[in-house]
Amino acid sequence: MGKIIELDRVNVFYGSFLAVEDVSLTIEPQTVTAFIGPSGCGKSTLLRTLNRMHEVIPGARVDGEILLDGANLYDDDVDPVSVRREVGMVFQRPNPFPTMSIRDNVLAGYKLNHDRLSKSDEDEIVESALKSANLWKEVKNRLAKPGGGLSGGQQQRLCIARAIAIRPRVLLMDEPTSALDPISTQAIEDLVSQLKKDYTIVIVTHNMQQAARVSDRTAFFNIAGEGEPGKLVEFDDTSVIFSNPSKKNTEDYISGRFG
Amino acid sequence: MASHPTRPSLSRWIIIALFVSGMAMSYAIAAVTASGSEVNVLGVVVVGLVIFGVLTVGLSWATEGRRKAVNRAMAGLITSAFGLALIPLVSLVWTVATLGVARFDSQFFSSSMRNVVGAGGGALHAIIGTLEITLIAALISIPIGLLTSIYLVEYGRGRNRFSRWVTTMVDVMTGIPSIVAGLFAFAMFSLFFGPGVRMGFAGAVALSVLMIPVVVRSSEEMLRLVPNELREASLALGVPKWLTILRVVLPTSVGGLVTGIMIAIARVIGETAPLLIVAGFTQSMNYNPFNERMMTLPVFVYNSYSSQGMDAQAYLDRAWAGALTLIIIVMLLNLGARIVSRVLRPAGNH
Ligand SMILES: Nc1ncnc2c1ncn2[C@@H]1O[C@H](COP(=O)(O)OP(=O)(O)O)[C@@H](O)[C@H]1O
Ligand SMILES: [Mg+2]
Repeated sequence: MGKIIELDRVNVFYGSFLAVEDVSLTIEPQTVTAFIGPSGCGKSTLLRTLNRMHEVIPGARVDGEILLDGANLYDDDVDPVSVRREVGMVFQRPNPFPTMSIRDNVLAGYKLNHDRLSKSDEDEIVESALKSANLWKEVKNRLAKPGGGLSGGQQQRLCIARAIAIRPRVLLMDEPTSALDPISTQAIEDLVSQLKKDYTIVIVTHNMQQAARVSDRTAFFNIAGEGEPGKLVEFDDTSVIFSNPSKKNTEDYISGRFG
Repeated sequence: MASHPTRPSLSRWIIIALFVSGMAMSYAIAAVTASGSEVNVLGVVVVGLVIFGVLTVGLSWATEGRRKAVNRAMAGLITSAFGLALIPLVSLVWTVATLGVARFDSQFFSSSMRNVVGAGGGALHAIIGTLEITLIAALISIPIGLLTSIYLVEYGRGRNRFSRWVTTMVDVMTGIPSIVAGLFAFAMFSLFFGPGVRMGFAGAVALSVLMIPVVVRSSEEMLRLVPNELREASLALGVPKWLTILRVVLPTSVGGLVTGIMIAIARVIGETAPLLIVAGFTQSMNYNPFNERMMTLPVFVYNSYSSQGMDAQAYLDRAWAGALTLIIIVMLLNLGARIVSRVLRPAGNH
């Protein structure tokens, strides 16, 4: 089941550059939360702090508190590796492992970690993850083929299957459809709505219609100018953000006046 | 006017006819100007090719239009440049093969030069020496070089001071003349084993000094080619960094790593100067790299050539046969590298 995520006065840095300033918000379990805002306002940056992928970049750091079901992700005794097992991630460009078959891609979270599974457990995980990702019917007869041979949309669903195969509680998606055609986009959006019942989902998107279609809550971020930090402008129910935002800035962005 | 789609393009037969007439014209010119003295075949071919090129481009311009003529001219220039680059290589292989074949016999591969004066004898001792010394050099250099490049690419990402320093040292090492590497190994082993020490292992150490920077450089390039997205995909699945390197980064780049290592081996297997100093030379078999002098193929070639005995031709023949053997070993290594990298190639990139 999904977990609650609470951010309290979070600042995110690349070296000495402050990329995201003073964000506090609460993401409810089993909801879809969309991060929207103009390019460079720090959506990806903030998203990557939620599974400690931000610190993979040299010099990058976070201050403030990020709580997952009440436990601070950034406590000294928390292992980032275990955080990433609870908080899965799907990237902007589909990135299946080219050396692995479709089946091994789905099992990658186990195989790369040397986890021993019985053949029947493996089969079950592969089938249920691919079914959850709406990909099972298309690939069940070619599980041994390389993942790189699938179409872009199928690759992205394979990446989603790979992320949910390790049974995380939270799923982060960074513009998961921006490299895909409309039909694949539709497939992924349907999938997000289905996955909501089991996972807490945070999705970054450039596409406002997408945010309106798939999310329950929307966070709008903005940036004052080049080199300035991104800030949270407004966070509310998606229906409110798109029909009756309280900030002028949000309304301008939603109605396409900038960004 | 732009070339019209229905214009006739030059058929293959016309091209062949132009080639033949170019050669014929060139031969005629040569026969007239040489008047009696012998005709230079290479000259005729080169001039013939030039005439052929001019004729083709001219005719193409007239019938096919400017764009296609320029295309043909460029294709011709590029092909000639390629041919020119190939000449020294083909000529070298040809020379070594024709001269080396005289002594490329079973005796050459089954005996040493012990008690041989004049004809006969073989290079088995040198072949064994080369293989042993190169193998040891590879065993030393590959782990050090590979681990260094992994450090530089995977851990020194922040361009910290230590990794900049290592990169500079590798650059400096790349420029070390091989004779200096030999002197270094000689000086070092003299400290431990007393002056005048000679052993195959010291030769391997000297070769490692030359080989490590090549391995580091090529492996570094290959590791940097691995898309960062794959590392992030693995890390985001909760795979620790070291396992990500071991199970994602290395398998993705293994083909390139193997090729780079083979190039590094080919680079050192023909080294002569450092081995002359520390491994020395001998006419006898020595299987033990940790004791006494050890012959190697490059030194064998050098030695046969520089100190020819009474039957000079026998020494020369052995030198060429040694050179041929060395070239064949390098080619086999290359072939092996291709096979290995093909077998290990990522499944997705067919
Ligand atoms: N690896 C990085 N190193 C330094 N600065 C970065 C890095 N990635 C992003 N940034 C900067 O952080 C800010 C936010 O970027 P990002 O989170 O990618 O924005 P968004 O996803 O909203 O388009 C930008 O100013 C960007 O230049
Ligand atoms: Mg982004």
